[in-house]
Amino acid sequence: MRKESFLWLTLISSFVVLLFVTVPLLRMLTAPSLASLWETIRDPEVYRSIWLSLYTGISAAAICFVFGTPLAYLLARSEFRGKKLVEAIVDLPIVIPHPVVGIALLGLVGKNFWLGRLMHELGLQIVGSPAGIIMVMTFVGLPFYLQAAKEGFASVSPRLESVSRSLGASMFSTFIHVTFPLAWRSILSGIIMCCARAISEFGAVVIIAYHPMIAPVLMFERFQSFGLRYSQPVAVWLIVVCLLLFLSLRLVGGSSRKYETRGRA
Amino acid sequence: MTLRIENLAVDLGQFKLKDINLTLETGDFFALMGPTGAGKSVLLEALVGLVPQSTGEIYIDERRISNLPPEERGIGIVYQDYALFPHLSVLGNIRYGLRFQSRAKSGRSNAENMAVVDDLIPLLGLGHLLHRYPTTLSGGEQQRVALARALVVKPDILLLDEPLSALDPNFRQELRTHLKNLHAASGATFLMVTHDFSEALSLAQHAAIMASGRLEQSGTIEDIFRRPQTAVVADFVGMKNLFKVEFSDTKAFCEAVEFRVSRGPEPGSGYIAIRPEDLILSKSPLASSLQNSFSGKVSAVRSHGFFYEIDLTVKSLTFTAVITNHAFFDLEPAIDSNFFLSFKATAVHQF
Repeated sequence: MRKESFLWLTLISSFVVLLFVTVPLLRMLTAPSLASLWETIRDPEVYRSIWLSLYTGISAAAICFVFGTPLAYLLARSEFRGKKLVEAIVDLPIVIPHPVVGIALLGLVGKNFWLGRLMHELGLQIVGSPAGIIMVMTFVGLPFYLQAAKEGFASVSPRLESVSRSLGASMFSTFIHVTFPLAWRSILSGIIMCCARAISEFGAVVIIAYHPMIAPVLMFERFQSFGLRYSQPVAVWLIVVCLLLFLSLRLVGGSSRKYETRGRA
Repeated sequence: MTLRIENLAVDLGQFKLKDINLTLETGDFFALMGPTGAGKSVLLEALVGLVPQSTGEIYIDERRISNLPPEERGIGIVYQDYALFPHLSVLGNIRYGLRFQSRAKSGRSNAENMAVVDDLIPLLGLGHLLHRYPTTLSGGEQQRVALARALVVKPDILLLDEPLSALDPNFRQELRTHLKNLHAASGATFLMVTHDFSEALSLAQHAAIMASGRLEQSGTIEDIFRRPQTAVVADFVGMKNLFKVEFSDTKAFCEAVEFRVSRGPEPGSGYIAIRPEDLILSKSPLASSLQNSFSGKVSAVRSHGFFYEIDLTVKSLTFTAVITNHAFFDLEPAIDSNFFLSFKATAVHQF
């Protein structure tokens, strides 16, 4: 009897949680009429901002992938003094309030710091440019990539690497032929998480680059200037495009994992 | 190839290997034995180059390998859990090492490498499995794939970490045969970690016993069994009454003594052993169905508190029997007194 009432409790609270997440999103998705959706996507400003969001988000994930993978491998494989500290540092961007991230980065690349002035003189514009947006997105997305990639590497048995070495493969060859393919699914998850986090960033991006406008900034502006009904269609389009992006990444990236599902008896 | 280990020491903090000196002759099949936690696996990993050594040198013939990374040592390893690459098919696993064998280093052409693959596949009975993935294979099949994968690159030394312990007992005999054939066919020197004496006896020529990070004794299997030099070895060896024999159907001959055994010999067997507690001592011949009965002289008596160990010399062989205190006072076996020794044919273990 007691067990049954506990079961009911878990079911009811699960239902409440799911509703809490889905109802606002469904409401938003169904609010705009098809006509307004159509009109919105033909608006060059909307089109440009979604495209900007996508390519800056993907670039940020790509940067995390290239530069974060070695660190993730190191964190998964080796024990060293200060490892906990490194892990804490890597997680910092998650816990820092978003505008603080923006302010910190602006302090670095803004004109009142030598680095910012140097870049400005070299013709590298960070503030108010896609480069600045990518920098902010990389900052906030990195922990998500590192966490997933680290777990992926940790799940690959070091014995497989040992065997590979004993068969004549160098550390690098072993990484390319054994560790990386086996950790690939986690790495892909990390890329998607990182990319999603990057695209969803608002608070930090606004401080570095209000213009050019990424989709969340455009939504915010339309909400401020024209109200809810004008920001909803943009949001719907962003969600649809992101869903398609992540789904296709999963489909393309997941195809090499056939052995996982094969007859695990 | 000769493997020579000189004064090897490994320090892993809580665990240490010390003063390891060992030589494996070309083509040897060597068994490394010892209780759990003795450091057998650590020694294997140190040989492969996966655990840093603090002192000592390792040579293959005259080539010093202790300063080389694992991929340049020419030592293969087959782990107890096989460690097959789950993302590669059986064929992919077997061929894995070939791409890293530069012709300059190995002196073999692609065609020769492929010929090695083609030879190993039927030798290990893997022909029908080539396109399967490791997770779909049975333990014995995985083991054979791991062996093929290790041997394809023609290692000078092959290390086997408890090759048979994870297998269903029914398949062990089959794999033993495979291992024997492979050893003969590959010409490599095999070093096998095991804690099973019957395995060591049926496969290996030489052996060493390890305990607490040190080598206690090394030599021929028979020596270790019959002449343990330290208490640790004697305790570990456990089974006394080991004899090298010639089989003839259900009879076995050692020097002038004829044993009855319960079944014909398995191929390659050459030893019998009888547990001391299976021997029955009596003052007169036992009128029973025990098929083995010898008369001999008591040569030694040792008290162990709750039981006695009696050595009995039968012709040129010495048997050790264990009797209870109660039986001891009944029999009063004095040195040089005559006794009869009997045991069942089924008490005779064959190796």
